[in-house]
Amino acid sequence: MLTARASVSTVNTATVCGSTVFDPESRAWIDSLRTSGSAREAAVERLRQLLLRAARFELSRRRGQLASLREPDVVDLAEQAADDACVAVLAHLDDFRGASRFTTWAYKFALLEAATKVRRLSWRGREIPLEPEDWELIPGDLSPSEDAEHSELLNALREAIASGLTPHQRDVLVALALNDVPIDVLAERLSTTRGALYKTLHDARRKLRRHLQEQGLVLDSWLEETN
Amino acid sequence: MQRPEPRQTLARLLGPAGPEVGCDECFDLIDRYVELQLAGQDADSAIPGLRAHLAGCPACAEEHQSLLALVPTAH
Repeated sequence: MLTARASVSTVNTATVCGSTVFDPESRAWIDSLRTSGSAREAAVERLRQLLLRAARFELSRRRGQLASLREPDVVDLAEQAADDACVAVLAHLDDFRGASRFTTWAYKFALLEAATKVRRLSWRGREIPLEPEDWELIPGDLSPSEDAEHSELLNALREAIASGLTPHQRDVLVALALNDVPIDVLAERLSTTRGALYKTLHDARRKLRRHLQEQGLVLDSWLEETN
Repeated sequence: MQRPEPRQTLARLLGPAGPEVGCDECFDLIDRYVELQLAGQDADSAIPGLRAHLAGCPACAEEHQSLLALVPTAH
C-alpha cells in the first residue's frame, strides 16, 4: 500500500539539478525529522501530534461505526492510529517529493490508519459472506419501462459471473461489490493487500464488461443515470 | 433481504468504464489531488485515472473525502 511512485506532474515543487525543492514549511518538517538527538525527538513528537489530530478527525467522522466502543477506547484507538501512522511516515520520509505540502502528505497516513482500524473493528467477529449463490440475487425486479430493455442485461451479467470469472474473482466481487465488505477487512481475512484485492476486482469487472459488450449489450448510458 | 436498486448494483459490479489507477497509486497521489481540488485547479486533468478509481473503490473514496475535509481546517 505505502509504496513510492513518482507523481505525474508538479505544482508545489521545483526540481533543480536533480534535487527537489520543497516549500519552506515542508522543508522545515523534513529537515527537523532528519536531524538527530533531542531536536529530532521534538520533531517526531510534533509529527505525532499532527497525526493524532488527523486520526481524531477521522474517528469523529466514523463515530457511528464505533457505537460499541467506550470513549476511552476511542481515545486509545486514535493514539494507536497516530503511532502507526508516525512509524509509516518516518519509514517513507524519502518518498516525500513535495508534490503537496508535507502536512497534507502526512495526514493521509493517519487517515488511512484510522479508517482501516475502524473498518476492521466494525467487522470483528462477523463472518464474511462469500456464498456463491449471492450473485444469483442480483435484483431482477426492474420497473416495467426498464424491464424489457434491461432484463437481458441482468441475465447476461449473472451468466458472466457464473461462467466468466475464476472462483477467487467471483468471491472478491461478491464480497466487495455485492455484500459491501470493506476492502481492508477482506484483505486481512484473505492475508493479502488492498492493492492486490482491488486488482482482482478490477480484472473481474473488466471481464464482465467485455462479456456484456460481446453480447452487444450497451451499459454506460444506463449506468450514468445513477450518478 | 433488502437489495439495492438494480442500477446501483450493476454500477458496483461493473465499476468505472475508463482507465483508473489502483489503490497504491491512489494513495501516492491523493494528497496532491486534494490540494489541486482545494486550489480550484483541474485535478482530473493533472492526475488522470484518479477520479475513476474513487468511483470504483469505496475505501479510497472515503479517505479522499476525509482528506478533503481535514486539510482546510489545518491552515
